[in-house]
Amino acid sequence: MVNEHVRQNIYFISFRIATFLSVVFLLFILLYTLKEGIGVIDIKFLTSMWFHRNITRGGIFPAIIGTIFLAIGVSIISIPIGICTAIYLNEYAKENLLTRTIKLAIRNLAGVPSIVYGIFGLSFFVLFLKLGGSLISASLTLGCMTLPWIITTSEEALKSVPLSFREGSYALGATKWQTVRKNVLPYSFSGMLTGSILGISRAMGETAPIIMVGATFFMGYLPTSPFDKFMALPYHLFILATQHSSPNAREYALGTALVLVALIFMLNLGVFVLRYKLRKKKEW
Amino acid sequence: MNCLTKFRMIITSNHRNIKEKFIELFFSATGIIALLILIGIFAFLFITGIQTFTEISLTEFLLGNEWNPAAYGEPKWGILSLVIGTLIVTFGSLVIAIPLGIASAVYLSEIARPKIREIIKPAIEMIAGIPSVVLGLIGILFLSPLVALIFGLSSGLNAFTSSIIVGIMVLPTIISISEDVLTSLPNEFREASLALGATKWQMIRMTLLPAALSGIVAAIMLGIGRAIGETMAILMVAGNSIAMPVSFFDPVRPMTANIAIEIKEVVKGSLHYEALFAIGLVLFVMTFVVNLISDVIIEKQVRGYKW
Repeated sequence: MVNEHVRQNIYFISFRIATFLSVVFLLFILLYTLKEGIGVIDIKFLTSMWFHRNITRGGIFPAIIGTIFLAIGVSIISIPIGICTAIYLNEYAKENLLTRTIKLAIRNLAGVPSIVYGIFGLSFFVLFLKLGGSLISASLTLGCMTLPWIITTSEEALKSVPLSFREGSYALGATKWQTVRKNVLPYSFSGMLTGSILGISRAMGETAPIIMVGATFFMGYLPTSPFDKFMALPYHLFILATQHSSPNAREYALGTALVLVALIFMLNLGVFVLRYKLRKKKEW
Repeated sequence: MNCLTKFRMIITSNHRNIKEKFIELFFSATGIIALLILIGIFAFLFITGIQTFTEISLTEFLLGNEWNPAAYGEPKWGILSLVIGTLIVTFGSLVIAIPLGIASAVYLSEIARPKIREIIKPAIEMIAGIPSVVLGLIGILFLSPLVALIFGLSSGLNAFTSSIIVGIMVLPTIISISEDVLTSLPNEFREASLALGATKWQMIRMTLLPAALSGIVAAIMLGIGRAIGETMAILMVAGNSIAMPVSFFDPVRPMTANIAIEIKEVVKGSLHYEALFAIGLVLFVMTFVVNLISDVIIEKQVRGYKW
C-alpha cells in the first residue's frame, strides 16, 4: 500500500508540473508580447497614419481601423445568417437523416483550415465576381469561414433550452413562432450572441485568408468604401516580422501584436462578463 | 356570438396562419442559403482543383517527391515532400501537446482544488484566442534563435521549432475538451472505485481514463485537425524549403504554407493555380476526415453510455 501511495504522489506531482508547464508556455507568449511590445505603444503609435519609409514616425491607426471595419463586415454577413440557420436546423427542420447529415457536415466545416477559405475567396469573390482585393471580398471570405462556427455555437445554445419550455408553450395553444419567440429565443439569445462574438474575435486574428483577398501593407488613406483595399493588424505584423528591413521592425511588430491581442481580449472579456451576468438571471 | 366577431376570428386565425407560414419560409430560406454557400465552397474548390488531373496524373501528384512548378522546361508537380512536411510538424506538435494536454486535463478535473480550476481553465481558454500570427512572431523572434543556439544550427527556422509552436497552439484544444469529458463522468464512477479501496490514482487510471478514452481521442483528433490546417505560424517558422526533409531539424514547407506562398504569384487559370487548389482539396479532405472521426466518436460517447 505504501508503494501505491508513493506511486500516486509521483504521478500527481508530474501532472501538476505538466499543468504548470502548459500554463507557463501560454502565459509566456502573453508576457513576452507585453514586455517587448509595450515600449512602442503611445498615443502617436495608436492614432497616426503609417509612414512607410521611416516607421518610427508613423503609427498603426489605419491597421486598427481596417481590422475593426473587417470585424463589422464579417458580423453583418455571418451573424444574421448563422443564427437564422441554427434556428431553422434546430426548431423548424424535421429531425431526420438529412438534417442530421447537414448538422454533421456543418460541424466539420468548422474545422476546415482558413487557408482553404482563403483560396476560395480569392478565386470566387476577388476574381470571379470581380470584387477585387477589397474590404468586401475579405468580409465575405471570413464571413463564409465563420458561418459554420456561428451555426454550431448557436445550435448549442438552442439545444440547451429544455424541451419542456416548448411543450408547455404548445400546451397553452401557442403557435410555433410564438413558442420560438417567447420561450426559446429569450433563453438562448445570450448564448448565441456570445458564441458569435467569440467567432468574430477569432476571425479578427486570421491572417492567411486576408493575405489573398485584399489586405495591404501600406495605404496612405483610410478605406472609404467597401471596395477599397485595407490595412489589417495581423497582416501588418506579419510583414513587419518577415519582410521589413528597418531595425525597428521587430519592436513595431510586437507592439502591433500587442494591440491585436488586446482588441481580441477585450471582446472575449466582454463575452465573459455578459455570460456571467446573463447566467445569474436564468435559473430553471 | 354575432356574425361580426365570428368573421373577425376567422380573419385573425387566417392572418395568424399566414404569418406562421411566412416565418417558417423565412427561416427555411436562410437555412438553405447557408447550406448553398457551404456546398458551393466545396464544389468550387473541387471543380477548380480537379482540373489539375487532366494534365497531371493523380499518382504523380500525390507520390512525386519533387515540387517545382516554375522549373523551365520540365516542371515537377509532386506534393509528397509538402505532405511529409505537414505530417512531420503535426506529429511533432502532438508529441508535445498530448502528454501535457492529458496530464493537465486530469490535474484540473480530478486533482486541483476547485478554486484553482476556476482560474486556470478560463485562462487557458482565453489564451487559446491568441491569433496564430502572434505565435509565429514569437517563434521567429524568440524561439528560433534559441533553438539555433542550443542545437548549434545556422538557422532555427525548421520542423522542430514549428512543432513546438504548433504544439503550444493545439494544447488548449486538447486540455479544454479532455477536461470537459472527464468532468462529465458521473460521480458514481469515482465513488464506486474509492469504495472498493482504490487509491485516487488507481481510480483515475482504472476507471476514469478508460471511460473517458473515446472523448480524449476525439480531443486529440480535433487537435490534429488544427495542426494540419495551421498556416501563419508555420509560414513564419518552418523555413519553407521545398527539399524533402530528412531530419526534424530540416526546414520544411507544409501544404498550407506552400499555398500561402505561391497563390499570389500564379496566373489565374494556369496549371499551377489549379494545382494549388488541388492541394487545398487534399487539405480539405484530410481535415474533414479527421474532424468526422472525432465527431463520430463524440456522438457515440454521448449516445452510447446512458447514465
